[in-house]
Amino acid sequence: MEEIFLDYTLLIGGEAGQGLQTIGSALAKVFSRKGFHVFTCQDYMSRVRGGHNFYKVRFSDQEVTASKDSVDILVALDMNTIETHRKNLGSEGIIIYDSGSIKKKFESSEFIDVPFRKIALETGKSRVMENTVATGAVLGMLEIGLDALEEILKTAFKKKGEEVVEKNIACAHAGYNYAREFCPGCKKAGALELQTRKLMLINGVQAIGLGALMSGCKFYSAYPMTPSTGIMNFLASKAEKYGVLVEQAEDEVAAINMAIGASFAGVRAMTGTSGGGFALMVEGLSLAGMTETPLVIAEVQRPGPATGLPTRTEQADLLFILYAGHGEFPRVIFEPGSPKQAFYLTNRAFELAEKYQVPVFIQSDQYLGDSEWTFESFDHEKLLYHDYRLREKGPEEQEYRRHAFSETGVSPLAVPGEIGKSLVVTDSDEHDEAGHIIEDAWIRVEMVKKRLLKKMPLIRKEIEAPLLYGASSPKVVLLGHGSTYGIMKEAVNLLSKDQKIAMLHFSQVYPLPERERFDYIELLENADLAICIENNATGQFAKLFRAETGFELTHRVSRYDGRPFTVENLMEELHAFF
Amino acid sequence: MPSFEAYEGQKSAWCPGCGNFQILSSLKKALVELGIEPWEVLLVSGIGQSGKLPHYMKCHIFNGLHGRTLPVATAAKLANHALHVIAVAGDGDCYGEGGNHFLHAIRRNPDITLLVHNNQIYGLTKGQASPTSALGTHSKTQPFGALSEPLNPLALAISQDCSFVARGFSGDPEYLKELMKAAITHKGFSLLDILQPCVSFNKINTFKWYLDRVYRLEEAYSPSDRLKAFEKSLEWGEKIPNGIFYKNNRKSLGELIPVIQEQILVRQQFSIENVKQELEMFY
Repeated sequence: MEEIFLDYTLLIGGEAGQGLQTIGSALAKVFSRKGFHVFTCQDYMSRVRGGHNFYKVRFSDQEVTASKDSVDILVALDMNTIETHRKNLGSEGIIIYDSGSIKKKFESSEFIDVPFRKIALETGKSRVMENTVATGAVLGMLEIGLDALEEILKTAFKKKGEEVVEKNIACAHAGYNYAREFCPGCKKAGALELQTRKLMLINGVQAIGLGALMSGCKFYSAYPMTPSTGIMNFLASKAEKYGVLVEQAEDEVAAINMAIGASFAGVRAMTGTSGGGFALMVEGLSLAGMTETPLVIAEVQRPGPATGLPTRTEQADLLFILYAGHGEFPRVIFEPGSPKQAFYLTNRAFELAEKYQVPVFIQSDQYLGDSEWTFESFDHEKLLYHDYRLREKGPEEQEYRRHAFSETGVSPLAVPGEIGKSLVVTDSDEHDEAGHIIEDAWIRVEMVKKRLLKKMPLIRKEIEAPLLYGASSPKVVLLGHGSTYGIMKEAVNLLSKDQKIAMLHFSQVYPLPERERFDYIELLENADLAICIENNATGQFAKLFRAETGFELTHRVSRYDGRPFTVENLMEELHAFF
Repeated sequence: MPSFEAYEGQKSAWCPGCGNFQILSSLKKALVELGIEPWEVLLVSGIGQSGKLPHYMKCHIFNGLHGRTLPVATAAKLANHALHVIAVAGDGDCYGEGGNHFLHAIRRNPDITLLVHNNQIYGLTKGQASPTSALGTHSKTQPFGALSEPLNPLALAISQDCSFVARGFSGDPEYLKELMKAAITHKGFSLLDILQPCVSFNKINTFKWYLDRVYRLEEAYSPSDRLKAFEKSLEWGEKIPNGIFYKNNRKSLGELIPVIQEQILVRQQFSIENVKQELEMFY
């Protein structure tokens, strides 16, 4: 039998508030439950109604880790979608729309007119069900059975009652049947349904939230800020079931100080925000550094400066995070490349924060935060959980000192009130081992050694090697950090026929890993060409890389229009080098 | 039973004659008389002369950033509500730098006590006007005198239905101690604004200035009437009332959060086994 590769991109476009997200996420879920690999990506404006938003769903029988510009099925909920995206339609692309609701009829053969509204009114007796009709119609065009969608609708409308569920299912069938009847030349994917397994579907911010929950995070305080709010939403939804205290703070200054207060009191604590909110947290970051209070901070980037492009993506806060905070203190920065990495790295962030009593960042961006990926599974047995805190009374004769000097720089971290009569004292002023204010020069020096100089080399030993994907001794290396992982991987796949090419991806970016286990500098020196790929204007990772390793990455591909790289766009940029 | 000596802390760095000394000893006495042990107390302070107070005590201490006492104290109390959490701040610290946190602490109503050392001047930075300085207060940075109206913390708190609102004076330490005891035992967010002289920088609101004006609220005064309390809070000038202006029975934040009703958050056990089913939700 001939091997068929299926790789379709759907784009659902319309105004904010039209429900395109409902259609997109339902379709993504159907595909993942049918065993297809899925990659979704959202493009939305900073408004609640109107404007132009779209939701892209790419699905395939092969792994997909980025989105394409070329669209196979365009679901147009408004005229603007047709005008904006028609130029991206692939050679056999189809546009599905409702001439009744957009008040225009297209005669050209790529258009399929499905009366979403009419069917919704006839079958469901409500205009609201237009979206369900559209979802059913898309599945009809693809000949993908409705069983998975029915389950999704049952779960989604369970609270609204049996009748609403039934009507929605009827609307899905009506849309499906209409498409089957009037769309003879449509795409077929049903034959490739991989019924034997379901895949999990998860986006970046959910993965960070899930990672925090499964790492024993008990306190999350934040001020809502796109695109980080999904983390708070996720943890709040689990608050009651697992005893997580989620507090919406009055501002980001309060948010980070609350997280520090909760951590000092003895629970694993986290805060999350985007660049502008983190700017307000900077003073608190320094406090966490000085008081050696474990803290995990999610910083989900959007383009700045100032309010910038609130709903779009950029990797331009890396150096800000690296240097944020007055004074010198240790920190760790993780930059996951996929939701799976986000899950495990959030767990690692808690592990390192608690073990070394330092602030640890999970830095991501809108692109990864909102993108859904499919995976076979996440393995809970790979998660780390060690409680490093003193929760019981120690020997009476030993006086507890919160900042006691030690070989590693790490002192016992006691829970106030849970350790007998011992007292836990800390200070944002320079302090002695007991935690009280001092100004003595020698103690200052010893404290800097303890807090920073002793801990940092130990932390560095814990940092894992970068990921090499592709040729083992590459002539061309695509190098990057964080959310460019997926797009670089696809580029390597496409270019490996003609090039001895590999990707070198860093998800643990500060401190950079030691070279002992894997000498990535040697790998770069042996390559003819190393290209650093970044979603910013100035090459921030390249700068960090040179500062830490001395290696200069002279070739760069940058994108800073607030949009992520797409397969076509990156390939075009790379072809200029070959 | 705890003793006064058990609360003895570091040697103080305050100016001789500072009102802080009476605040410190009143606080120690209040805790001793309430039978609270040092290891049952967490003092959270900010920056300023008030911020140093916890170091001159013996208890758990988090001396954090300027203005940020309330977020730290609120969260620490939620994480471990077995502790008595007392926030110690100054007028610049709490009403200036941390003004937003003050408003929202009143709204949230965590079961913590806020002691504000209010000397109507900036001490640590050497004599600039504070949010509570009188109009016209001259300093190196207010060459034309303070041009902004002074903040009335009590009126502000009462207007927002703060759970407990009181004022004390460092020159009446016996009464101050009683007010502290009432504030600490009150369930909910308790504001105790404490007037004190700054012997180094405030040449207007001196010890004598306060002594001539401060009086204790009458025995017959009832702190349950919010409008009367608001009216009383506006009294300032020739006569300055001290005492409990207002209190109510609002439920405290901790009482409203379901997840800490049965067990204190810091004592809740965690195991990955118990949460692993969450992975299934993504299929």
